[in-house]
Amino acid sequence: MHTHTVSELAAALAAGEFSSVELTQHYLDRIASLDGEINSYITVTPEAALAQAKQADERRAQGEVTPLTGIPLAYKDIFCTDGVKTSCASRMLDNFTAPYNATVVQRLADAGAVMLGKTNMDEYAMGSSNENSYYGCVHNPWDKERVPGGSSGGSAAAVAARLCAAALGTDTGGSIRQPAAFTGITGIKPTYGRVSRYGMIAFASSLDQGGPMAASAEDAAMLLNTMAGFDERDSTSANEAVPDYTADLNNSLQGLRIGLPKEYFDEGLDVDVRASVEQAINVYRALGAEIKEVSLPNTNLAVATYYVVANAECSSNLSRYDGVRFGHRCDDPANLEDLYERSRSEGFGNEVKRRIMVGTYVLSAGYYDAYYLKAQKLRHLISDDFSKVFEEVDVIMGPTTPTTAFKIGEKVDDPVAMYLSDVYTVACNMAGLPGMSIPAAPVNGLPVGLQMIGNYFDEARLLNVAHQFQQQTDWHRQMPAGV
Amino acid sequence: MSLDQSDIKKIAHLARLAVDETETAELSDALTRILGLVDTMEQVDTSGVEPMAHPLHMAQRMREDVVTETNLRDKVQQIAPAAENGLYLVPKVIE
Amino acid sequence: MQWETVIGLEIHAQLATKTKIFSGASTAFGSEPNTQACLVSLGMPGVLPVFNREAAKMAVKFSSAIGAELGRRSVFARKNYFYPDLPKGYQISQFELPIVGMGKVEIVQENGDVKVVGVTRAHLEEDAGKSLHENFHGMTGIDLNRAGIPLLEIVSEPDIRSAKEAVAYARKIHQIVRYLGICDGNMQEGSFRCDANVSVRPMGQEKLGTRAELKNINSFRFLERAINIEVDRQIDLIESGGEVVQETRLYDSVKDETRSMRSKEEANDYRYFPDPDLLPVELDDDFIADAVAEIPELPDARCKRFVDELGLSLQDAGVLTSSREMADYFETASVGNDAKIAANWVMGEVSAVLNKQGLDIADCPVSAEMLGGMLKRIGDNTISGKIAKDVFEAMWNGEGSADEIIEARGLKQITDSGAIEAIVDEVLAANGKQVENYRNADPDKQPKMLGFFVGQVMKASQGKANPQQVNALLKERLG
Repeated sequence: MHTHTVSELAAALAAGEFSSVELTQHYLDRIASLDGEINSYITVTPEAALAQAKQADERRAQGEVTPLTGIPLAYKDIFCTDGVKTSCASRMLDNFTAPYNATVVQRLADAGAVMLGKTNMDEYAMGSSNENSYYGCVHNPWDKERVPGGSSGGSAAAVAARLCAAALGTDTGGSIRQPAAFTGITGIKPTYGRVSRYGMIAFASSLDQGGPMAASAEDAAMLLNTMAGFDERDSTSANEAVPDYTADLNNSLQGLRIGLPKEYFDEGLDVDVRASVEQAINVYRALGAEIKEVSLPNTNLAVATYYVVANAECSSNLSRYDGVRFGHRCDDPANLEDLYERSRSEGFGNEVKRRIMVGTYVLSAGYYDAYYLKAQKLRHLISDDFSKVFEEVDVIMGPTTPTTAFKIGEKVDDPVAMYLSDVYTVACNMAGLPGMSIPAAPVNGLPVGLQMIGNYFDEARLLNVAHQFQQQTDWHRQMPAGV
Repeated sequence: MSLDQSDIKKIAHLARLAVDETETAELSDALTRILGLVDTMEQVDTSGVEPMAHPLHMAQRMREDVVTETNLRDKVQQIAPAAENGLYLVPKVIE
Repeated sequence: MQWETVIGLEIHAQLATKTKIFSGASTAFGSEPNTQACLVSLGMPGVLPVFNREAAKMAVKFSSAIGAELGRRSVFARKNYFYPDLPKGYQISQFELPIVGMGKVEIVQENGDVKVVGVTRAHLEEDAGKSLHENFHGMTGIDLNRAGIPLLEIVSEPDIRSAKEAVAYARKIHQIVRYLGICDGNMQEGSFRCDANVSVRPMGQEKLGTRAELKNINSFRFLERAINIEVDRQIDLIESGGEVVQETRLYDSVKDETRSMRSKEEANDYRYFPDPDLLPVELDDDFIADAVAEIPELPDARCKRFVDELGLSLQDAGVLTSSREMADYFETASVGNDAKIAANWVMGEVSAVLNKQGLDIADCPVSAEMLGGMLKRIGDNTISGKIAKDVFEAMWNGEGSADEIIEARGLKQITDSGAIEAIVDEVLAANGKQVENYRNADPDKQPKMLGFFVGQVMKASQGKANPQQVNALLKERLG
């Protein structure tokens, strides 16, 4: 059952080949036997999952079905789930049972989807390797000595190891696309504002966006159909019509204009990864696309700019974790200052503290203009680079990451080297554009991600472009050995 | 830009993070390296460029002035570290 | 040395919206602790703010009322600091681009001259919760019901030169927000709070002295006290060789002193930046027009109209327009009646009884319509002014309308000249001696002596004889 895509599972459930309860139990069994070595879940909710599955089967019997009815999914532990621990992989929220559902969680529940549990991640989504988790690192199912990427590493690994049919991730600087690339799955970060952020614990509010992580573009389209749309509880939610993302999947790519930014193919790119990406581009050439070189001249500044903006916002967003109303509180605080300082120091991990410190610094008196304001201006330039390119192409393509998955512990002592591995993904968030990663030909048995960036609210085209590639290749069908 | 230990202590206090001497030294090193990366921003002349606070070019939507929320006190105080008689408790605040 | 006092006020007016500025939680005062602290008020992980339209509308009204430059595009910013009553660790406020720009109000000084006080800006922000310092095992209790209630922070220019002027300015702003219906103005409940920035400098010096910010002032009387005490403290300090330090000081009305707030002493670095959860507030012409259309006639304009159109004195018009409720009451009561008589009644009898009973005019048991009905009976000579006082008291006690009371008690004035003549003749006949004295008296003294006969006639008629007719008839008979 687990080798099926979501669309195949939906068809099998509709045909009565198996029930949602059977399917859910199958995934729960796989999690129980396989996740010990992968550590992709923080919390598994078997009873609630089976209850939802039973309900889905009943609804199906009554003819109330959506394409996601009875499909078992995993949610990154950053999405609030009513009555279920929502930890953000932080000691700070180890004891936090969310009192409400995130909007996307509610929408998926209303559509009849089944939640298997909550997936591991970098603490507060800060990281590119999933090594920054209070619950331990996640192991890449393709090579358990390697990272799955981050921050949505648990969701990526769970999908890659088929420990769920599909999963939810969030992407602030590449946190859906980079782990998707490292684990050989398909992930899409929608346009900023496309998916509600309500109930998605904030890292950097002007950059965060939730999206699906799945085995195929078609599956991602099915999930996005339910996730996307206006939410009156999110001021930054776009009030734009949501198309049926599955409707245009089979459009022809004849005449599609693809831009390859020369800055994404520079000396920092691993030669084998480059070869894999170029091979993928050739598939598009064969499908009738026109390929041209374009330029995003401020790419080299995107990482620096990103770390100023994201950390400034995070330093403020994480001030609410003060040990007063929820979350970790230190023992026997001597006074108020002690309560704040010890609760926060004990509750947050090192990377989170580093980023809060950087963010506090760049906003502080005397440095605001040189750092924060400067970064906001560069953000404008980075965004303008894309606007110019989209005047002449329909989709931008390139590698998702400069290398394949690196080894656990390899970059853990060098935050800057870790940050630079996000070089191809962060600019997309700065501009708010939709971005996607799909599997290209692996290198030395490790997955490679082909990144595509679309214009604002052009998710349907990205999904179409990705789906057509997946009609020609089977990289997305490959599974790691031993799962 | 390099940060010395007194800078680190000042920032840590603003962020209400307790840092001991070892952490201060580590943070001083890490932040200096991160700011080294960040300082590459200086390469570009941004005079005359408008700051961009947000990717969405939209105006704030306004909500009607209608009560939509109900009393959730019991539910939310179950997850509070310290609450009594409906109040959240903190060490005595001196004014 | 001669010292000059320089004062700027920061007024926090809680806006009278039904719900909070960024969530649909109720703003009703006096509920059980934390029962109105919704997920957004609590700063729960993952929640987001959505802006209340009514708060924007109220700010537009205020902007228009003080002739300010409206911020058609304003931006919410985060003011970052840690405090237990501030759930998110930041307050959503406005910093660089406030919704209300430079405006001004006029105040009347003690000598009667009008002075213009500049309003630098007014911006929208969310209120914090409350810390309750009663003893919970040596802990402080936090109630977040107030967290997120919209505030309009109104910042004046340092144009104010005395405690009295400060009070006049604060009263003016109070009057405006109450007229606009955007704030209930209740200082005891904290709906209208004044902080005063106070400094002194040698007379003639340009440079401003170091200022202290006075907080915790919850009445106009205390505002005046606190400023005067602080000015004295600063002058004493400087004259004895000390220096004023920039700090926040708490006014203690019990000890009648200001004292340094140690907890706020630390130099703050608020790290303001635009709130990424909110987008710029853009106000279009229709929105502004709708808000402005709801603005009632404002106190200055109303006062002028009372003088120009109703012929009231400036002073009376000022008293009657001090609150919108009183002005409304007066206007309703005066319809079809003599405005001056109506004004005298509202400022006299009505205000006196209300004061005595500690009631607001809005709670007056005699409605403006009822008072107007009574004034009509004075106007058409049905009752005299004297009888009217009895009628008013009866209306207050719930005995019905003026007409009902006049009817029930038989208070209708005697205007039938035959009846009055009979009484007059009777009185003159009974007082032959006084009649003779009157006739022999010096003509200058006669008017005064006439009062005796009037009194006798009124007494004989149980107050019901028309006084004008009585006077005329007496003069005729005695002349």
